[in-house]
Amino acid sequence: MALAVKPASALFQKDVRSELRTRYTLNALLMFVVISISVVLFSVAGETLQPEITIGMLWIVMFFSAMSGMSRTFVAEEEKGTTMTLQLLASPSSIYAGKLLFNLLLIVCLNAVIVVLFLLTMEKFAISQPGLFWLVILLGGFGIASATTIIAAIIAKARTKGTLFPVLSFPILLPLIMAGISATKTAVMGTTWEAAIPDLQLLVSYIVVVITTSFLLFDYVWKD
Amino acid sequence: MTGITVKDITQRFNRRTVLKDVNFTAEQGKVFGITGKNGSGKSTLVKIISGIISPTKGSIAFTRNGEDIPSEKRHEHIGLVGPYLTLYEEFSALENLRFFHSIRGLKYDEQQSNELLARLDLPTDRSDPIAAYSSGMMQRMRFAFALLHDPAFLFLDEPTSNLDTDGKNKVHGIVRELSAERCIIIATNDYEDFVLCDDYYSVDGSVPALLEQPAN
Repeated sequence: MALAVKPASALFQKDVRSELRTRYTLNALLMFVVISISVVLFSVAGETLQPEITIGMLWIVMFFSAMSGMSRTFVAEEEKGTTMTLQLLASPSSIYAGKLLFNLLLIVCLNAVIVVLFLLTMEKFAISQPGLFWLVILLGGFGIASATTIIAAIIAKARTKGTLFPVLSFPILLPLIMAGISATKTAVMGTTWEAAIPDLQLLVSYIVVVITTSFLLFDYVWKD
Repeated sequence: MTGITVKDITQRFNRRTVLKDVNFTAEQGKVFGITGKNGSGKSTLVKIISGIISPTKGSIAFTRNGEDIPSEKRHEHIGLVGPYLTLYEEFSALENLRFFHSIRGLKYDEQQSNELLARLDLPTDRSDPIAAYSSGMMQRMRFAFALLHDPAFLFLDEPTSNLDTDGKNKVHGIVRELSAERCIIIATNDYEDFVLCDDYYSVDGSVPALLEQPAN
């Protein structure tokens, strides 16, 4: 498991440049975010929601937005036929690291857009602990990116990629989503950080465990 | 010694055995040919040697100047040309080469990249994506990809497919030029490629018809 920083960074930069040029994933994700928030707004129809319901909707939109585009990182390589080319260029762990970095960037930007749109459009969605709130969103994004990167690598070779991705992702992401929702409630309605510490510990542990396991498993996933 | 030793390679896909107990040695200074009928497993064998596919059974040892190369380091020493290799079509030729340099941890030198493109008769002044290239130009780009890092092991699967006569001559010239200091393996059914080989292995066990010179 030889991780080289340069190859990972080169792959990350290539993916960013490729995405800025084709805008395939960005457009798909942004469209999903706009449509899903619009549907939420139409269904609410001007009523003021309880914060618990708004938080639940926020995480639903974050989860399904990730499902609509996060698999592209590996699926695109498979569809373009460049997987073999990558296999000849760098070690598996460097490939995983590069793809993980790209997904991290994507999910952090995506979640920031979702949260800002929620804050702008949801009436009376006030946050009592903004620092904690953004930390939870950041950790939630890191958790989603770390899990979806390895799942994307697994499903990239399958025939039913679109269906398989959310089906496999949901049980793996469930502990993260539960801890994330609980910590977000504390950030929105709570008065101190202390109540969120167990959830934050769970979020950090989840990220560490998933990334470590992914690095160990990726060699086997990457080769036919 | 620089070379590879293929030992008892067997490859099964589900219940179908594609390769069975393949054994051979290829060394620096000689061009080694892999031949066999269509669908006999030539490309599968090249992919196994290149490390793209893990074999069901058997092992491959890479040696460079007498030292074994561990499997996780082999990609640094291998150059592969094959019809199944796709480059990044949304990027220009130079952008592709810049990416290949940086992901291999090499310093990018535009002049050197332009020289490589010129050596393969590829345009050096085009900034449009390589998606617009013809199939022959794409094959030359695959050679640029394979030769960029000056590999000790060069594996060429159907190297002259899609190339015109000039392109074929160019590739044959490169193989002759590089063979003295590299271990080159060519998988082919083309007579003109096959005559470059000093030794060969027939995947399906048959004596290749390629040994008989075409009538014209």
